[in-house]
Amino acid sequence: MNSADRATLTRLLLERGLEVSCRQDAAAPPGHDPSLAASVLVANFGGVRPPAPASGVRIVDSEGIDPASLAVAIEREADQSSGGAPAAWKPWFPVIDYSRCTNCMQCLSFCLFEVYGVSAESKIQVQHQSNCKTDCPACSRVCPEVAIMFPKYRHGPINGEEVKADDVRREAMKVDISALLGGDVYALLRDRSVKAKSRFSKERDDERALKERQSCLIALQRDLDVPAEVLAALPSPEEILAKVEAARVRALAASETASLDTKD
Amino acid sequence: MTTHAARILYCHCAFARVVPPEVKAAVLTGLSEADVEFDAVPDLCEMAARGDARLRELAADGPLKIAACYPRAVKWLFAAAGAELPERAVRVWNMRVEPAAAVIDGLLDRDGSAGDAPVAGRSL
Repeated sequence: MNSADRATLTRLLLERGLEVSCRQDAAAPPGHDPSLAASVLVANFGGVRPPAPASGVRIVDSEGIDPASLAVAIEREADQSSGGAPAAWKPWFPVIDYSRCTNCMQCLSFCLFEVYGVSAESKIQVQHQSNCKTDCPACSRVCPEVAIMFPKYRHGPINGEEVKADDVRREAMKVDISALLGGDVYALLRDRSVKAKSRFSKERDDERALKERQSCLIALQRDLDVPAEVLAALPSPEEILAKVEAARVRALAASETASLDTKD
Repeated sequence: MTTHAARILYCHCAFARVVPPEVKAAVLTGLSEADVEFDAVPDLCEMAARGDARLRELAADGPLKIAACYPRAVKWLFAAAGAELPERAVRVWNMRVEPAAAVIDGLLDRDGSAGDAPVAGRSL
């Protein structure tokens, strides 16, 4: 196979979600662990029947086949070998830079979808990646240490770009503003909710209540770059407050355990 | 086809358009034309999310050259899968911002960076 066809075939296989290992010796699959060996071996055997494959390895002879047809044949073999293609899922989830993370638990408190949890050693970790809302980088925006990345995000430093002094200053400023507003963002939300409840119970104006919620959501969307569909999927204000309380208790318990561990 | 001292790993960054398609195509073409051994994966993020054992195998298998995205992201994606990249033995070229020619030259040691001192690409 010439180099142009090889490049095309590699691209087509990658687009089908298949890993590709280009090797000099077709008899030597990649890796040292037999369980990690290639499941489909592709080579030009010149139409001659190749030797019996190792267990679990299927063989495709590339002799005289164009890259597009070859990709289809390989995918078919790979599906048979693995029992079907993996489910399509856009891998959007937070990645923690532990060289910056101070284990402050802000992300755990903030995320309403329980993406974060703590390890047995009371260390913050991403535990439920698939709960994360696609294209929502809000937790990385509340992280005071710029320690949370979304590698597929458009802009730095959330995309993994090196963190600059300005980024840290901006985060510090954000935290200060949050403090000025009354301790933390959830305290602010809770106050807003209580005030709104009292106002609306007096006025019984559903339309106004809806407008209030919409303007609050628009402000959140603008400030945190949260996609509209994520906001649309948010639970009711009461459910949010219940989740906030639960997250706060978890974060507090984790912080206290971590603090005890440090003292020990 | 030639074998390099360092394994070459290429990430196709599927599921997102953050890496220019023309850069990905040019890097794949360059690797194929150079007739070198390399591993290509659809998406490092997805492998990290799945905790793919291949990441641990790659991290433990000696020097590694990676064509992907930002080195900080790559390092912690591996870590998320329980694979610690050996800092001195790994270099990363960022296809989001570097031209394809620079990536290829680095991966193929054409930039004079085969020695210890990192000339192009980013050490972790």
